[in-house]
Amino acid sequence: MNGAQAMVKCLENEGVEVVFGYPGVAICPFYDSLLETDIRSVLIRTEQNAAHAASGLARVTGKVGVCAVTSGPGATNLITGIATAFADSIPLVCITGQVNSELIGSDVFQEADITGAAESFVKYSYLVRNAEDIPRVFKEAFYIASTGRKGPVLIDVPIDVQNAAVKKFKYPESVSMRTYKPTVKGHAVQIKKVMTELEKVSRPVICAGGGVLSSGAQEMLRQFAHRHSIPVVSTMMGIGTMRTEDKLYFGMVGNNGAPCANRAMNEADMVIMVGARVADRAVNQPEIITRNKVLVHMDVDPAEIGKNAGPTIPLVGDAGHIFADMLEYDTRCDFGPWVEQLAGYEREIAEKRRHDPAYVDPAAFVRRLSERMQPDGIYVADVGQNQIWSCRNFIVRDGSFLTSGGMGTMGYSIPAAMGAKIACPKRQAVAVCGDGSFQMSMMELASMRQHQVPVKIVVMANHYLGMVREYQQNTYKGRYAVVELSGGPDLSRLAEAYGLRFIRLSRPEEMDSAIDAFLEGDEAVLMECVIDPMETVK
Amino acid sequence: MCGERLAAVHKKAFQLIVDNTSGVLSRISGLFSRRGYNIESITAGVTADPRFTRITIVASGDDEILDQIEKQVGKLVDVRDIRELEPHTSVFRELALIKVKAGAQDRPGLIAVANVFRANIIDVGAENLIIELTGSQSKLEAFLKLLDGYEILEVARTGIAGLSRGVDRVVHIEEQL
Repeated sequence: MNGAQAMVKCLENEGVEVVFGYPGVAICPFYDSLLETDIRSVLIRTEQNAAHAASGLARVTGKVGVCAVTSGPGATNLITGIATAFADSIPLVCITGQVNSELIGSDVFQEADITGAAESFVKYSYLVRNAEDIPRVFKEAFYIASTGRKGPVLIDVPIDVQNAAVKKFKYPESVSMRTYKPTVKGHAVQIKKVMTELEKVSRPVICAGGGVLSSGAQEMLRQFAHRHSIPVVSTMMGIGTMRTEDKLYFGMVGNNGAPCANRAMNEADMVIMVGARVADRAVNQPEIITRNKVLVHMDVDPAEIGKNAGPTIPLVGDAGHIFADMLEYDTRCDFGPWVEQLAGYEREIAEKRRHDPAYVDPAAFVRRLSERMQPDGIYVADVGQNQIWSCRNFIVRDGSFLTSGGMGTMGYSIPAAMGAKIACPKRQAVAVCGDGSFQMSMMELASMRQHQVPVKIVVMANHYLGMVREYQQNTYKGRYAVVELSGGPDLSRLAEAYGLRFIRLSRPEEMDSAIDAFLEGDEAVLMECVIDPMETVK
Repeated sequence: MCGERLAAVHKKAFQLIVDNTSGVLSRISGLFSRRGYNIESITAGVTADPRFTRITIVASGDDEILDQIEKQVGKLVDVRDIRELEPHTSVFRELALIKVKAGAQDRPGLIAVANVFRANIIDVGAENLIIELTGSQSKLEAFLKLLDGYEILEVARTGIAGLSRGVDRVVHIEEQL
């Protein structure tokens, strides 16, 4: 057995079923060994999207996503994908080929110091110097990626290490790392404090972040919220923790969030942040959630607690464990009147956004689309105005809502939807992008076709980089700089070129029937949804 | 707001026990630079157990920043332990090599000052000598101040190394493996 075969054997031991990537000389031994297994290789069209596809897979399965690319430009192209996963705490193992060990540091062809370059975007990285280390390194990498605060781990393997003999392959059964021991169980004393405080307050609110989904704790959170009638809001990454129809749910917080959700945060006398970073987009002014209120901050990453806001009760641990412990308490609170008050606000606050009725309303479009999708469908929102319309209007049922929240990486939706669809072929996968973000990933129409991945794609076409244009409209008083997107492809002909069914929606009265036609059948479709070029998110 | 923060800036010495991996120093220094933390000094050296390195970092910032430094550094996979070396329960030493321009007539005066500070003259040339001094940072500062009248050619300082006193806070590496 050689190093490359050992790498593949490690992936088999981890139950990996698919590897997204792009080969090159430095990773050829690995790709050659993949041929001998049942692991599916998916050739993506640019390396960044290999990481996004692995991210899509990881988010719908809860498993670690795997991608493999070559050295030099292959590896550096992957960095944005790694950074995107890092910002959203998505577990990935990213394998890169590297030049011959002896040549490292001499600037040979396609050499890049990828462990150095990716350092600030990985949870951990390895440069494998000895083929005998491969089983331990892979075992640790999967363990680090998928435990504690999840994230990407990079394994850089020089080609000679892939070719070197491995005398005895033994995949470790457990990990014994001296230095890495994440805390998942919440401290009993702190949990008790939370429950004691809960009995004293009258207007608590739970703000759920991506950590809840990452921990798979949404059912427990719902149970806890309902037991005490505590209203719930979410961050962008937390969309999906609560069903939209749930009377306790008041939407997404933040600059682009629901006014009622923000009002709930402001007026609350207790805020329970769970699996959320208190980042700028969600909580613009951290003092608002600390002043005159009890702030409970639960996170599996102790460094997030107190980073942006000093909590009254810090609570380190995994959301699932903490809610399980809190559900053990006999405490019964009823914040029904406070929920009623918020429901009243929700009715009062009128949408300020102006919309020209001659065009399809993107908000109505997202609502209708998410209603008509299969209940367990996967909706991937890209980045731009389309993301905000999606976040604000997506109707959560039992499906998944994915988007690049922390990094805001354009072009995320199509490859992520592909990864999700490959992982869950029976579920409907819809990618919703703008015409800017679509063009950042449209090369993947080829990989969709090659690997028969029937992702349904919506392009909200306004021929602008709409989010930036809206910003310039407000900040630069309509002095638009480099935001006009003319020269884009004729999408109908592009669809034809890639063998996709095409639907063009431009008239509001045709919206419902167009959406039904779009969702029909388990086949790839490209829909161009023409919207008002001057449409805004606010 | 800004003024308040500045007023609260102070220094803290941290003692780290880390895995002796090839990239560990760059991971730690990279963390400081990318998060904008101030590092006053950093020293590293292998411990009694060759698998581990002890690093002493002196960092400055307000309480929140110093708290973040401890958490973020502690989060690094290679870092086994980080704790503050509290001033009143720890000892700190720094070593300095000072090259001073000194002809025959300057030597006696310099040697006298060096003796008072228990410094060693470790090299003597026709036109210069090199003084080695170990001590707390304030001792080093005081010594350098006394050399004001002389021409200092070069100074090499190691940065602070520290240990806590007593046996109760010793990091038992083996025990926690």
